[in-house]
Amino acid sequence: MIEQLKKLVHAFGPTGQEQAVAELIRTEIAPFVDEIRQDPLGNLIAVKKGKPGGKKVMLAAHMDEIGLVVSHIDEKGFCRVRPVGYVLTATLVGSRVRFANGTIGVFGAEDEDKALWKPTGKLPAWDKWYVDVGAESKADAPVQVGDMAAFYPFFHQQGNRLIAQSMDDRSGCAVLLAVAKQLAEPANDVYFVFTVQEEIGTKGAVVAAYGVHPDMGIAVDVTFSADTPKAAPMAVVLGQGAAIKVMDGGMIAHYGLRQALVETAEAAGILYQMEVLPSGSTDARAIQLSREGVPAGAVSIPSRYVHSKAEMVDLRDMTASAELLTRFVGAPIQLA
Amino acid sequence: MHNPLNQQEGLYPLLKTLSELPGVSGAEGPVRDQIALEVHAYADKIWVDALGNLIVFKKGNGSSAKRVAVMAHMDEVGLVVSGANDKGFLKIESAGGIIPNILVAQRMKVGPDGLPGIIGYKPVHLQPREERSKSAKMDEIFVDIGAKTKDEALDKAPLGTAISFDREMKFVGEPPAVMPEAGRLPEAGRLTGKAFDDRLGCLAIIALLRGERLPYDLYAVFTVQEEVGLRGAPTAAWAIQPDIALILESTVADDLPREEDLSPTTRLGQGPAITVSDRASIADPRLLRYFLAKAEAARIPLQIKQPGVGGTDGRAVQLTRAGVPVAILAVPSRYIHSPVSLIDLRDVHSLLRLLEVALPDMPTALQMKR
Repeated sequence: MIEQLKKLVHAFGPTGQEQAVAELIRTEIAPFVDEIRQDPLGNLIAVKKGKPGGKKVMLAAHMDEIGLVVSHIDEKGFCRVRPVGYVLTATLVGSRVRFANGTIGVFGAEDEDKALWKPTGKLPAWDKWYVDVGAESKADAPVQVGDMAAFYPFFHQQGNRLIAQSMDDRSGCAVLLAVAKQLAEPANDVYFVFTVQEEIGTKGAVVAAYGVHPDMGIAVDVTFSADTPKAAPMAVVLGQGAAIKVMDGGMIAHYGLRQALVETAEAAGILYQMEVLPSGSTDARAIQLSREGVPAGAVSIPSRYVHSKAEMVDLRDMTASAELLTRFVGAPIQLA
Repeated sequence: MHNPLNQQEGLYPLLKTLSELPGVSGAEGPVRDQIALEVHAYADKIWVDALGNLIVFKKGNGSSAKRVAVMAHMDEVGLVVSGANDKGFLKIESAGGIIPNILVAQRMKVGPDGLPGIIGYKPVHLQPREERSKSAKMDEIFVDIGAKTKDEALDKAPLGTAISFDREMKFVGEPPAVMPEAGRLPEAGRLTGKAFDDRLGCLAIIALLRGERLPYDLYAVFTVQEEVGLRGAPTAAWAIQPDIALILESTVADDLPREEDLSPTTRLGQGPAITVSDRASIADPRLLRYFLAKAEAARIPLQIKQPGVGGTDGRAVQLTRAGVPVAILAVPSRYIHSPVSLIDLRDVHSLLRLLEVALPDMPTALQMKR
């Protein structure tokens, strides 16, 4: 799983330009599934057929990561950008971005009163930030208006802790790949759906859920953790297992589905915790509201520093999530 | 003989008619009737759906099995009557994005019959000095239709009556030395008026319907209620289930003098603008590259719209059913969402020329690498 995750976080995939990630996943998952297709918006859908009489289960992890789009290049070659997805401005100073063509940019900001140097200084608004691509003039700039960038990729393992710029949600993609590999003759048809454009409003999942028309759907995505100094209260801790979603800012998980996940974890002795997330949501919300409604829930991977340039997760939580999902979709499912 | 889209007869008077017709969100009837009149002779099927979208089907020549929707919205921003006071002044709410400052001192058309109305304001004589530099507020705006009582006002303009700007389309700057024959669009010149957003899109689709049959089945969709939250497009797209949707729009040009080198969104006279991403959606990357390549090959000016500004029916259409690849082309307009919008006719020509060269093979874009 580590090697796969390392490849995944290095693939270029800001929201709207997920194709490199999709191609990597296609190659990795192909030996383990019966069918692969890409839908009109770019969602990658890999199907593993189950035994007759099983359910159609959709597992969703999003391929996109937060990024930027160039909105203007000034005469001196500095690029003004707009965020694509929710980018925390507090983490921008000195950060690097990478464009599809390999160009590296460095974030700077108009900082006339040196606010960035003061501990209590106010962060500049988005129109004060720029990306310096090393150009000396507009004509010299190696990028153009409309080009997208993602934050510079890296991967570190330190014991069980894993750190990268795009654990949200390449860690979920890695879990889905692990499930596909572990799953032998499942009782259900399993649709591994790697979605696009989650970070700007779960757009990929909206249309993928319509296209797949599943009996139930489970999103695999990161969630916050509350185990850091003076974190906002929340009963999710890194290393304490797969987080089974109860609710978040956008949905309440289907009660029967959530309980079935808990029972699976209990029966197999898989480490799990319950997730009640006060804000934010996942692809599960879109799946839940598709067509006439779909029982939906999520298995979340606890993460520190979500949407920063260095997101930290725990390998044990990823392993537990993969194990839980493998067992859950592998066996016959009857939702209460 | 081949007749290019941008050389069709009657486009100039048609643009004037479309621009001047009232069609505030939710009250698009006059615009819909006019468009239906213009295109019914070219339609294999024409209908109005439950929400009021006008859908015109034109069969393809059989060489492509794809279904393509080309969409523009009929509605414009305006006002709606929300009440009247005892002295007979109409109270209003806005329909679509409108700021009170542009309403002050405007002539308006009230209701389907175009009853004259004016939005007055406290004369300078009566304004304390400190008030003069302040902006108008929406709840200070009243429409005066000459009524003397509440009953008279609401009798002439019942609650919910739509109110649109009363504005003729005119040239600004150098008018064309000679107007072309047969009502063709002048090659250049700048026009001011209301509702270019999105009657320009409507005009382009009308030209398209009058033009040659395309390889694929074409669904021309004239939507309602775009300005109040993309409310018409979803049902039309649901019914049509297109393989591709092309949205034709008018968008913000902010090429005004400014202190900082941070913009513009688009510039007048630099061709139509294509969307990479806006506040509502990210366009299909294959269609984006397809249009850029076609424009470059044919030497038609095409600019990239500054990302992060505005939103269109594209968002609603993209999320229909299992998803629809979307492209958005827009004619730049200064002073958009006001009665004094300003466009450059060269951009309209460029849009029509681009449609001419790019539309026939558009479905091939779906075979490109994403």
